[in-house]
Amino acid sequence: MSPSRVVIVGAGQGGLQAAISLRQNGFDGAITLIGAEPGLPYQRPPLSKAYLLDGKAEALTLRPASFFESKQVTYLPDTRVLEIDRGACEVRLDGVGGDRRLGYDHLILATGTRNLRPPIYGLEHACDLRTLADAARLREALAAPRRIAVIGGGFIGLEFAAVARKLGHEVSVIEAAPRLMARAVSPAMSRHFEAWHRAQGVALHLGRAAIGVDAGGVALDDGARVDADFVLLAAGVRPNTELAEAAGLETVNGVSVDAQLLSSDPAISALGDCASFPDPRSGAMVRLESVQAATDHARLIAARIAKGACPDYAAVPWFWSDQGDQKLQIAGFAGPGATEEVVSDGLVARFDAGGLAAVETVNNARAHMKARRLLAPGGSADLAALKDAIFA
Amino acid sequence: MIKVTYVAHDGTETVIEAEEGTSVMQAAVSNDVEGIVGECGGSMMCATCHCYVDVAWEDRTGQRSDDEDEMLEGAASEVTGRSRLSCQIKLDPSLDGLVVHLPEEQL
Repeated sequence: MSPSRVVIVGAGQGGLQAAISLRQNGFDGAITLIGAEPGLPYQRPPLSKAYLLDGKAEALTLRPASFFESKQVTYLPDTRVLEIDRGACEVRLDGVGGDRRLGYDHLILATGTRNLRPPIYGLEHACDLRTLADAARLREALAAPRRIAVIGGGFIGLEFAAVARKLGHEVSVIEAAPRLMARAVSPAMSRHFEAWHRAQGVALHLGRAAIGVDAGGVALDDGARVDADFVLLAAGVRPNTELAEAAGLETVNGVSVDAQLLSSDPAISALGDCASFPDPRSGAMVRLESVQAATDHARLIAARIAKGACPDYAAVPWFWSDQGDQKLQIAGFAGPGATEEVVSDGLVARFDAGGLAAVETVNNARAHMKARRLLAPGGSADLAALKDAIFA
Repeated sequence: MIKVTYVAHDGTETVIEAEEGTSVMQAAVSNDVEGIVGECGGSMMCATCHCYVDVAWEDRTGQRSDDEDEMLEGAASEVTGRSRLSCQIKLDPSLDGLVVHLPEEQL
């Protein structure tokens, strides 16, 4: 029997997409979308890019209020889920109207991530960049000339650094790993961006951990200081799995799900940043932080609920990061231990035991799209085919 | 305000008004026009805001860029000479009354 009440915990892009796709697939039961933040669901990627420059909050809204009326989706903003009661198939809510319970036939966890708080003293002096409210504060801070220190040389930290530098601020980036974006890109691509940021005048402190923040800047583990009157903490994220753990669901670096994106409870699915799922190519459990994973997961879960069955998850991952005029695009996913081949400047192929795993490009949409196709199921994912496709 | 008409694949017309500077994609999404997804939010990372510019308007919307052309390769429906990524068409007074046609599928 198909479920008649779907509850979605988390109103980010993935949670909202699940609601959209349920209706598109003809699901006619009740849908409740629960979000912890106020306002309508919005896009996060521009918070570290375009929004910092243009401040257009309304452009981030994913769907207008009329969507929720016309599609009969009950949206509960400013509402937290305190507990999942799997026995009763209910979630306990804390929000407008106080503590109450809501029953479900199927529950979708789209709880996302929260910012990692590394063991650094004085973090109360640092700002975060996760929500629209955070980004609005950062935008205000960027209105006057500043010396800015960014803790963390990943996508978010570097996107912010590029914007701040472009606006004329003095910018330093502190990264504990020996290279930028070490978790996400190849060493060759790290070098490309290291050179680019240095050329913009960004001071990079690589292989140096921040140990403390105070009103005058950041203290590093080698005794040096980075003077700053504004500090952004962008040291990565951690999946929000507390609800799932407390409910006894299996969690390892995220809510563990199978190729149907079902958790260890068949009445509960998980998607996006909070879900650890089998990589279709390698079979290894992975957790991806991307719009693509969130929305593709949402579409599969919605189709499965609405139609009763669907093929296993097989989408090719893709990622992007805009840092100044450098548009990094990644097709596929390469885990730790991948090898690399620099095909040309700003074009790196990465390999694992299964062959071509990912292709990283800078300002090269053509190669990116070719790579996406080659990496798709049924594509001939090898380097010769990639070169043929790109240089044809 | 600038008027835009979206003609769905089944012929249904939706007319909306949007502010100057808004993209044709953004105007559709914020008015809940079905048939435009805009998954990447206008970063030219997907091809889910594909539209066909009406023949009467193609001179005024300009040409697609090389990158836009490449991303359109990933479009779910047929790409023609009048195909654009609607996130790349910014509304200005010269486009008041613009008509775009939507493909059968975006994904």
